[in-house]
Amino acid sequence: MDIDELVPILEAIIYVADDPVRPEQLKEIFPDESYDKIESALAKLLGEFNERRGGMAIREIAGGVRMTTRPEYHEHIRAYLKTKPNARLSLAALETLAVVAYRQPVTLAEILAIRGKKSSSALKTLLEKKLVTIAGRKQVVGRPILYATSREFLIHFGLKDISELPTMEEFTELAGEQQ
Amino acid sequence: MDGDPNKSDPQVEPVESTGITIRLDGFEGPLDLLLYLIKREEVDIWNIPIARITEQYLEYLEMMKDLNINVAGEWLVMASTLIYVKSRMLLPPDPAAAEESGPAEDPRTELVYQLLEHQKFKNAAQMLYTREEVENAVWQKPPKDALEDEEVVSVTLFDVLKAFREVVKRFDAQRAIEIAGEEVSLEERMAEVRRLLLARDTILFSSFFDGARSRQYLIVTFLALLELVRSREVWLYQKQAFDEIYVSKGKSEEGGA
Repeated sequence: MDIDELVPILEAIIYVADDPVRPEQLKEIFPDESYDKIESALAKLLGEFNERRGGMAIREIAGGVRMTTRPEYHEHIRAYLKTKPNARLSLAALETLAVVAYRQPVTLAEILAIRGKKSSSALKTLLEKKLVTIAGRKQVVGRPILYATSREFLIHFGLKDISELPTMEEFTELAGEQQ
Repeated sequence: MDGDPNKSDPQVEPVESTGITIRLDGFEGPLDLLLYLIKREEVDIWNIPIARITEQYLEYLEMMKDLNINVAGEWLVMASTLIYVKSRMLLPPDPAAAEESGPAEDPRTELVYQLLEHQKFKNAAQMLYTREEVENAVWQKPPKDALEDEEVVSVTLFDVLKAFREVVKRFDAQRAIEIAGEEVSLEERMAEVRRLLLARDTILFSSFFDGARSRQYLIVTFLALLELVRSREVWLYQKQAFDEIYVSKGKSEEGGA
């Protein structure tokens, strides 16, 4: 199949998907097409679709692509839907999540050492919201549980993958500026 | 929850009328208080006036105790660290040690690194806060109706007849006397079903027959529902085979039954 034939089909699939569509899923639908071709078709779709600067964008999230509205139109969308903004994570939860994201896999004791305060209830919230998962046990005395961020974390924060987060050094500069 | 965590005052939860002890919000710990004091005093983090900061830290600790705030162990650990660092600062450098390992290390260094590390994670939390705000401002296509997610089973004519037979049976068992007259028309019942479905998306099939006063009413109601199904204005479904039947507003292109 020609790439130009593939592009509109991918667009239609991305529209109906509830979750970010991963190349592996598309490969299952087009077993005769190479990964290279699927990736090129996706890249072409993203370029063309997003260049239009319409109300929708196709974004790379959690190893796949997803169609969303653009954030700049949120006020009008909310006025139409008559909804209030979603509940936000508490700052304690966000801080704990930041430690997990940058130090993963990490134990509760290590989180406590960095935050300088108890973090078990914040961690429990994050586990309940599935933003954090258990990534095994550390091979030390007591075999403490190791925690890591989940795929849901990437989706919640609109990240392509974990490496898309700014590096810790960037926060060092910020910390310096705020002396 | 809003605002910049870096600038927030250490907040204390209000005393609850029944509570004897109160808990500090999980976000605030000893490191947060130290960073707050350092910022408030506008001092250089690499040259913290340790005596002044220690004094203020202990004042806050006293205040928390006075307010009956349950001061967790980590607050006391930090207090003793500060006092230790302060006393080390007062001691003249040991000339013997200086000869061995060069200039003595500033006793504050370890604490400073801990504070800077903590500040980095506070900044990272701020970054996540902003990202979450942006993600809360985008929508994706809403997932399909919960109704369809429930793996709905379509209803056969036999299911409908069986349900109606049960309605009639129940009516016969309960009725004392049948009030004759007062006939209801098919159009009236159809209009009533439409009206009820405007208010609610889904209604139990059997509830349309509640309050029936005659068999005629039952039959007309049943025919009204069948007529609306035929015209695809409503559709009937079950959550599983032989289960209760529900009546729902029809979807022009995917009407069931």
